[in-house]
Amino acid sequence: MVDAAVLKARLAALATRMAAERDALCALDGAVGDGDHGIAMEQGMKAAAEAAVAVEGSLQEICNAAAKGFLNAVGASSGPLYATGFLRMGKALGAVEAVAEGDFGRLAIPAMRDGIVHRGKAAPGMKTMLDAWHPAAECALAGGTSAEIVAAAEAGAEATKGMVAGLGRAERLGDRVLGHMDPGAASAAIMVAGLVGMAG
Amino acid sequence: MALTQKLINDGNAAVDEMLAGVMAAHPGHLWRPAHAPRAVIARHGPRQGKVALVIGGGSGHEPTFLGFVGKGLADACAVGNVFASPPPQPAVDAALAAQGGAGVLFMYGNYAGDVMNFDMATELLEMEGVEARTVLTTDDIASSPDRAKRRGVAGNVFIFKAAGAAADLMLPLDEVERIARHANARTFTMGVALSSCSLPQTRRPSFDLPVGEMEIGMGIHGEPGVRRGPLRPADEVVDEIMDAILAEMGAARGDRVAVLVNSLGATPLMELYILHARVAARLAQAGLEVHRALVGPYCTSLDMAGASITVMHLDAELTRLIDHPCDCAMFRQG
Repeated sequence: MVDAAVLKARLAALATRMAAERDALCALDGAVGDGDHGIAMEQGMKAAAEAAVAVEGSLQEICNAAAKGFLNAVGASSGPLYATGFLRMGKALGAVEAVAEGDFGRLAIPAMRDGIVHRGKAAPGMKTMLDAWHPAAECALAGGTSAEIVAAAEAGAEATKGMVAGLGRAERLGDRVLGHMDPGAASAAIMVAGLVGMAG
Repeated sequence: MALTQKLINDGNAAVDEMLAGVMAAHPGHLWRPAHAPRAVIARHGPRQGKVALVIGGGSGHEPTFLGFVGKGLADACAVGNVFASPPPQPAVDAALAAQGGAGVLFMYGNYAGDVMNFDMATELLEMEGVEARTVLTTDDIASSPDRAKRRGVAGNVFIFKAAGAAADLMLPLDEVERIARHANARTFTMGVALSSCSLPQTRRPSFDLPVGEMEIGMGIHGEPGVRRGPLRPADEVVDEIMDAILAEMGAARGDRVAVLVNSLGATPLMELYILHARVAARLAQAGLEVHRALVGPYCTSLDMAGASITVMHLDAELTRLIDHPCDCAMFRQG
């Protein structure tokens, strides 16, 4: 069962995990971008978790607070993308107090994917965060377990090493990004794991 | 690895502490709404009936963007974290504080994050009944063969200047937008990096550039450029950049240009003037008249070593606008 307390705890665990991964994500970004992705994710999840804790309400209200917190803390690319994702996730979960664990993954992960697509206009295969979110969402819709959803996201992130970027800053680099994992996909795999309660 | 030495207190507070210093240094030029500490507004300039030019982007490029807020140039600026687009709210706050009932023109460099955040700001302003349009700057010729996909870099100075002058002359939004697009289309920049910058939060080099090498076409956030090669003498670097710019520009002998030789942060004026000597010689050789030359740090990348060269291909309209006076905290003319 995922209720308000569980969702808030998962967001808090994600904030802790992003702080721990900050420099590794920045290093990935340094190879293909401007080197600040880890900072955006650390600050964004910290603000999202704090905003969520401050809210007493439904799962949707908690997601809306996380969206606003994330967006206002970072801006950048990840701000609008994750803010839109959290808003969609809240809408999918609904104004309820709790959902079953299996339903949570099936509702939350595809909704996050859809929000990111809506805001960022990316398609799978363009070496973006969507390459982790999309397989995770498809796995969730197919009834995958939490472990399978996480594995799909991680495999998706890994697969970005073989991709040439089709969007964002890295697009201008052509073949030079081959062999490098997309930092947005790397942090997306962590986000997926954290949301389904496997952030470690 | 040893951390980069910086005169900071707390990496996470660097932007807000810088802003506190900027406001303390330039109270006659700038103010901030109490509820919006990341929106910087020109003290003089915004007025009833005038299009508000609102610029913005990540921090770490100073004097771009906030240094160009002032009478005759930008009316306001939204300030982001280091190298990160501001979220929508500061852009909305800046626009509402500066607008005078004649619409808002957002201008910023063409980066995916900035586009998403400013587009959200535009939607929020629409709900307030304020019309906002956008002109992206795309002057970095090394970043893509497709003009629409190029990054906006140091050429912002000239492009914002032309649009800001148009707005200061009380031209309507349609005209200011047209002039901004025209100015962007005639501005060409290319840079070279000699060493990495480091972010205040990490204090580690953002990328690895071995001693003895340079990166041609490096972006102003340390994005990799078009190619890497051994460091060469200044004249040869200028020649490679000017060959590319002149080929793109397609100017006729006798045409006029404005030139900017810009430091990415760590490269000193001595080297910029050495570069400029060759730039001026190449322009003379091409039969082009330098109407205005700027040499200095105008669009930096924290502590990166390197420089960029910008040429704006002037016509009668742009010449008038580039000559228009402006009075900003970090840029004055006339």
